[in-house]
Amino acid sequence: MAAPRIVVVGAGPAGTRAAEALVSSGIRPVVIDEAARSGGQIYRRQPPNFKRGYEKLYGFDAQKALGLHQCFDGFGDDIDYRPETSVWNVRDRKLYTVCRNRSGEVEFDAAIFATGATDRLAPVKGWTLPGCFSLGGSQIALKAQACSIGKRVAFFGTGPLLYLIAYQYAKAGVDVAAVIDTSPFANQAKAIPLLAARPSLLARGLYFRAFLASKRIPVHSGARSVEIVGSDRVRAVIVRTAGKTFEIETDAVGTGFHLRSENQLADLAGCSFLFDHLTQQWRPNIDQDGRTDRAGIYLAGDGARILGADAAETAGRLAAIGAMRDLGLPQSEDEIRRLRRQMQRFERFRKGLLVAFPWPEALAREATDDVLVCRCEAITVGSLRQTAVHEDALELNRAKAFSRVGMGRCQGRFCGSAAAEIVAAARDVNLADVGRIRGQAPIKPFPGGIDEEVAA
Amino acid sequence: MEASQRQLIRLGETNRQEVIVVVDGRNVGALEGDTLLTAVLVQAGRLRVSEFGDGSRAGFCLMGACQDCWMWTADGRRIRACTTFVAPGLSVLTYPKEGVWPLPE
Ligand SMILES: Cc1cc2nc3c(=O)[nH]c(=O)nc-3n(C[C@H](O)[C@H](O)[C@H](O)COP(=O)(O)OP(=O)(O)OC[C@H]3O[C@@H](n4cnc5c(N)ncnc54)[C@H](O)[C@@H]3O)c2cc1C
Ligand code: FES
Repeated sequence: MAAPRIVVVGAGPAGTRAAEALVSSGIRPVVIDEAARSGGQIYRRQPPNFKRGYEKLYGFDAQKALGLHQCFDGFGDDIDYRPETSVWNVRDRKLYTVCRNRSGEVEFDAAIFATGATDRLAPVKGWTLPGCFSLGGSQIALKAQACSIGKRVAFFGTGPLLYLIAYQYAKAGVDVAAVIDTSPFANQAKAIPLLAARPSLLARGLYFRAFLASKRIPVHSGARSVEIVGSDRVRAVIVRTAGKTFEIETDAVGTGFHLRSENQLADLAGCSFLFDHLTQQWRPNIDQDGRTDRAGIYLAGDGARILGADAAETAGRLAAIGAMRDLGLPQSEDEIRRLRRQMQRFERFRKGLLVAFPWPEALAREATDDVLVCRCEAITVGSLRQTAVHEDALELNRAKAFSRVGMGRCQGRFCGSAAAEIVAAARDVNLADVGRIRGQAPIKPFPGGIDEEVAA
Repeated sequence: MEASQRQLIRLGETNRQEVIVVVDGRNVGALEGDTLLTAVLVQAGRLRVSEFGDGSRAGFCLMGACQDCWMWTADGRRIRACTTFVAPGLSVLTYPKEGVWPLPE
């Protein structure tokens, strides 16, 4: 029998560990990542001519980052690595790729999508002003370019990254004006029993807060709304909490509300999705090993469910083992059981994070009509509301067709969560009944166009 | 590139080879390893003007997902500033050339 053709999309923690499991079973997988260097988001590498060491770049996670990078670099010719290559479609066991304006195809027997996540966003007035970046983007500026997004930075949103990134900025010597969290502080106390599933991460979260306090950086919990003001660039944020409204001067804002999965490839492959009440989002329906309901398609890491980097490593290994087992290559059942048990602990922690930092649905639902919900084509909340009510657009894809929200070049990555809330509120229906914006090929526009004919 | 104020602030790693890129016909000094987005925003307050009439934009996600950082090359191609590294000879515009926008998908 010819060796099975297995392809891994994504070279972050999940993709790296998937590839490792495949290589150790004698398979030579194709590993595709659109980034120039492996590592994914959390262990993103700086350009080769930067000099900062692991401690400085990855802090508490330095050893893990080093371990993951060494694992990937050690593959050498054991994998068919294709960096700077984007997968833009999948159909009939074939991936469609583009690398520097050249298209390609990769046929597979099994595909593991380890495509990670992007920030989950809620629109606020002024969030398109220069100087407002996503939280993840703020971290990338720091990690991968050694830059701050501004002279004096406010962070607004919720979730563990809010505190982590504020801490990283403060530690790098940047003037952090404030941390503004939509989650009430009481939620974090309520979540402690669940968060205790991973004591070291819980302790780290508390440490970040203590560090911010020691630097006298104000943390405003339970924010009801924020408006970013300025003409042609950020000048200040106006914060409204339960009791008061106040203005904070700043020239940059990092904003984000936890993460959302990059799951368009699963969608294009025809995998079914289910509504996750904890996150108030749709996600691909997978079993405990990462199998989808499409034969040969597996998901691992944050691209399946937001469980964090350690879970991504476990899930990557588990998905690879599952794929090999399904292809008739015997695997250690003990190892599978061990990995599944680990995943359960990560799942418990995930629930804790969602109690501590809930998605602030009111922020989108109560956004004023003049707020831009679609950054790509500058479409307002008001016009989406109008469409939802007057065009009888109960379902998000119909609302999208009428209003164009979700049809812009980000394909709904940054407006999708809020657009669903706005349509649900305008129509007075359950969020789950509004559906979700469907993935469309190409899942990202080809920035520089494409030199050859692409397969239609 | 009418310089309103710079947006990004360099915190270190400045000991790198200089690379000259051309933005709207003007030479801009960047450092090897900079993305185009970094090279522009350490000197200016925006990358482009939104085609939809809502003002300036300066990118958002920095990870190739939001497409808010598009600029244009002199021959009319779109270029994503946050995922493009500077290279000698790179020449970009902060606005599309006449008749280039919108490009067919
Ligand atoms: C910007 C950002 C910053 C983060 N920072 C932290 C942090 O500091 N600490 C923390 O604990 N967690 C952080 N997280 C969460 C963290 O991403 C994850 O827990 C962890 O990186 C997940 O690993 P992963 O392998 O699932 O995905 P990732 O690490 O995100 O890796 C996914 C990889 O897939 C590639 N990819 C995606 N789609 C395609 C495609 N279509 N074609 C080709 N390649 C593709 C990407 O380039 C990427 O390299 C961050 C998340 C984001 C979005
Ligand atoms: S800033 Fe989002 S794609 Fe470049």
